[in-house]
This record gives sequence, C-alpha cells and structure tokens, in this order.
Amino acid sequence: MGFTDFLKRFKKPQPKKQEPSSWIKCPACGAISFYKEVQKEFNTCPKCNYHFRIDAEERIKMLIDEGSFKEYDKELEPKDPLNFVDKKSYKKRIEEGYKKTGRKSAVISGEGRINGIPIQIVVFDFKFMGGSLGSVEGEKIVRAINRAIKKEQGLLIVSASGGARMQESTFSLLQMAKTASALASLAEHRLPYISLLTDPTYGGVSASFAFLGDIIIGEPGAMIGFAGPRVIKQTIGAELPEGFQRSEFLLKHGLIDMVVNRKELKKTISDLFAYLLKLPRNTPAHREGNSTDDSSPKG
Amino acid sequence: MAILPFEKRIEELKEQIEVAKLKNDQPAVETLQKELKKEIEKTFSSLTPYQKLQLARHPDRPHSLDIINLIMEEKYELHGDRHFADDKAIVAFIGRIGGKEAVVIGEERGRDTKDKIKRNFGMPHPEGYRKALRIAKMAEKFKLPVLFLIDTAGAFPGIGAEERGQSEAIARNLFELSRLKVPTIAVVIGEGGSGGALALGVVDRFAMLKYSVFSVISPEGCAAILWGDNKKVESATKALKISAEELKKLGLIDDIIDEPKEGAHRDYQTTAQNIKNYFLQKLDELSALPLEQLLQQRFEKYLNYGEFKGK
Repeated sequence: MGFTDFLKRFKKPQPKKQEPSSWIKCPACGAISFYKEVQKEFNTCPKCNYHFRIDAEERIKMLIDEGSFKEYDKELEPKDPLNFVDKKSYKKRIEEGYKKTGRKSAVISGEGRINGIPIQIVVFDFKFMGGSLGSVEGEKIVRAINRAIKKEQGLLIVSASGGARMQESTFSLLQMAKTASALASLAEHRLPYISLLTDPTYGGVSASFAFLGDIIIGEPGAMIGFAGPRVIKQTIGAELPEGFQRSEFLLKHGLIDMVVNRKELKKTISDLFAYLLKLPRNTPAHREGNSTDDSSPKG
Repeated sequence: MAILPFEKRIEELKEQIEVAKLKNDQPAVETLQKELKKEIEKTFSSLTPYQKLQLARHPDRPHSLDIINLIMEEKYELHGDRHFADDKAIVAFIGRIGGKEAVVIGEERGRDTKDKIKRNFGMPHPEGYRKALRIAKMAEKFKLPVLFLIDTAGAFPGIGAEERGQSEAIARNLFELSRLKVPTIAVVIGEGGSGGALALGVVDRFAMLKYSVFSVISPEGCAAILWGDNKKVESATKALKISAEELKKLGLIDDIIDEPKEGAHRDYQTTAQNIKNYFLQKLDELSALPLEQLLQQRFEKYLNYGEFKGK
C-alpha cells in the first residue's frame, strides 16, 4: 500500500504555470501544443485529450463558482508523532512540500458552490508528499463531513494520492477507518457524497473514502487501484493487461459509475448533486443557498 | 521447530540439558536449567522491534484455524461471499465460545505448502472481504458477537483482485463494520498488514498478541520505498513502531494479550486460552452497554485517531 512507489513512475513533466507563453509536450501523444491552448482546454491535450495533472488550487478554480470558495481548517499541520526519519526526516519532507505548495497538508478543504449548489469539498494535491493521507488530511475530511451534516449539504472529495502516509505509520492507517466511520454518519443523514478519482488514486485512499462515494467518477486515463502496478507485476511475475487500472478499465469492470472529461465535470457533478438533493432545476433557490456568504476567494 | 537467530543460545542450553540428563548428571542439569531460565528471561525481556517481527512471522506460530479449534467448543464452518467465490484466505465459523454463541472470522495463511497455496498465503481477494462482511452482517441480524482474528501480510495485489475491486471491498468493510450493531472484538495474532488487516479490524475492542505486529506497510516495502534499500528492514521496523507494546503506548490499540514466555508458537493451548479469556471478558463488558452507547463509543474511538497541530 505504499505511495512513493508511484512517485518515480509519475514524475512526468508538469506544465509550468510561471511560463504561460511556453510550449508543452503531451506525454501521451507527443504533440507539442501552445500552453495557453492546453490551459483553455482545462489542462488537457488538444490533440489526444490526455489529462494533465493539475494541483488543488486549479481544481477548485475549475469546479467551484468564482468567488464562492471558503477554505476551512487551513491551520491544521502535521505533528510527526513518531519523530520519523528515513533518508530524510518527516519534518524536512513537510518543509519541502510546503515550499512546493504553500501548504503543510496534502488537501485543501472548504465550502463553495458548484453551479450555484453549496457543497463541502475536499481536494487532494499530489504535489504535497504524493497526496498521502495522514492525520491532518483525515481530520480535514471528517470536519468537512461534519459541516456537510450540519448544513445539510453534499460532499465532493477529489482524490489524487499514492495512499496512506508511511511517516505517520499506524496513525495514517487508522485514518482509513476514521474517514469511513464519518462517511457512515453522512450516509445515515442521507446526504450525497460524490467521489472524483483523478490520476493517481491508490492504496489507503483508494481503499477507504475514495471508493465509498454514492457516485464515483473517474477522469479519463487516470490510474486507480489498490496495489501499484509495479508491486502487482512483481507479485504475479507476469505482464499486466493493456489499460490495466485506468479509469476506462475500472468502468468496464463495474467499479466506477462513469468516466467524465474534465471540461464536462462541473456540469456533471452539479447536475448529479441537484438530482440527489432534489433541487429544482435552474431556479435561484439553490443558487442563493443559505450559507457560503463569505465570497472572498481563497486557496 | 524453526529456531530464530536470537534463540540460538536458548536452544544450545536446552540441548545441553538433554545431554546432561542422559548422562544422569543431576548437578549439571540444575545449573544449566538455572542458566536457561536466566537466558530466556534476558532474551525475551529485551526483544528489539525486528526480533518481535520475526516472532510475529514465525513459521510455527498458531494460525487462525489453530486458535479457532482451541477456543470454540462447538462450531460449523461457513463459506463464500454469495457473489463470486469462497476465498480460503478467510475462514468463518459459527458456534460457541465458553458457552456463548458467537461468530469467528479469521485470516488463515495455511500450514503446509498445498494448504498455503489453497489459502493464497493468507492474502485475501475482494471476495474474501465480502465473505467476511456477509457473515458479519448475518451475525448482526441474529445479535451474535463477532471475533475477528487478523493474520495477513496484506490484501492480495493481483490482476483479479483489482478487477473485482479490492479497494471497494476493503473500504466497504471499514464503512459497514464501523456501524455493525453487535459487540465486535479483533485480535491480531501474527501479522496485521495494512488495509488488508484493518478490513477486519474496525471494532469495539482491538487487541494484539504480545509478539504480533500491525503496520501501514510491510517493513520490507517501507525500506525499499523510503530508504531505497531492501536491506534497511530493521531500520524501517523500528521507525514504523509496529509492535503491540509500541502501539499500545501510542494509544492506537486497546489491549495487549499476553503470550507464553517464549512466544505463542511454543504453547498453542495457553495462547488460545488467553485469547478466549480476553474475548469473554470484553464481551461481558460490551454486552452490558446499551446498543446506542456501544456504537457511539466505537465511533468516537475512531474519530479520535490522529495527531496534528492546530484546532
């Protein structure tokens, strides 16, 4: 269930935000595209629809109505309860992640509107320690669930993670049980939970909240599974089938509800929430909502 | 019986005692026995985390079926997930423990080579976790307590396992067991490997045998990934804090169940009796609680796991 297993595999060149005028090569089809064009297409390749990885901020910008996002629990930080040191100390790894993302956590959580519908949202960022699940991430998810219950809203979790964070050992492992218990509570309140699986979703994240969605959506081509391809290959000593563990493979095997292009995601997810919450179609009622009045964009 | 490296001196002394006995050298026998006692005391009171891991994986350690045979005075085995297959890495029984009707569900590694292959070395597929859940839900329906015996290197990483939803199966168990409306008790008897162990471990009372381990990843996997060196297993074992004693100190498990002095593999009977006593004692305590309180306590226990800074 390790996560950095995938780090090596997934260290693909990422588009650099700082250079919007540069060209970008698609790792799937090799086409060279103008970065602005890729960006306009929601960070997908205009030639082959390859979905580039995006970070948590971009994801929120893409899914949540402009100016409606309010971040919660930003002040939660990892504690390093085991004083974990491998080749580097956990503390050092946290600092490195902080420099990369400006956060000390692999998730941003908060409240916002998706086409007018107020929801609780938790988004993983693979750039912070491989999007791994530790105590802070687990707590943020539980608090988002509690807010959803209190405000009678739906929950959206966007996963991108290698799994449980080894540096917190059993503390991390138990976050799987913690988040699943909290989701059981959300289910008892009959509030909808939509799980969006993005590249990559593995290990302890995959084997807990990510696969407990009332509706589970995969992004095209995303790698999703319990064990990583390298571990499976080693264990069984055989080649893996074409397309193994991609969203489309999971759809074919009945494990997820749909594969949705990034540019369709916002409409699809907001429509699904509207059906599950029985919100009237296109009426200002759910657009007004009764919360998320703080409209200062954050994150 | 396989001898672990740190047990060598103990074994030498035992052999010397046998020889002395054959020679009828009573004074030598007595001296050696004293020395043996001291050596056992010394070795087992200062075990390193890695030595505990070796004990947890001892080839002669009692498995779920060994324990079940010793603690259930009446029993019938139940099979299958009702959807796909009967995963033999998971065994399930209904019957009586100390006169109390109960269900026991355990991970079984298998004993000889043929049996090990049949049981996939105790690494369940999704159908195994679904079998466990089906039978746990039946126990719930008839208000029977459930005892889970955890002993796995982990959920199986394979093509079929992924195709049939290993992640979903584990996740579903965590979700459902967190709300199961009967007293539930889990005991790690050997190796508690990650999600594959936790899938039977969301319970009212989670205990570990003294020389068992419970870990987010195998020390081998952790060494390979974080140290980039398979040989750093001892360092990884130490860093991960996976022994019963360490986890109890961290507040991540409820109880430790004692083992015979030289480990569970030396005395199945005492080991099983300790597990049985623990189960019956905890069952008494948990049965006394109103259902709502039982579920609330379980819920709060899991929601409290985690260490972080900030409010």
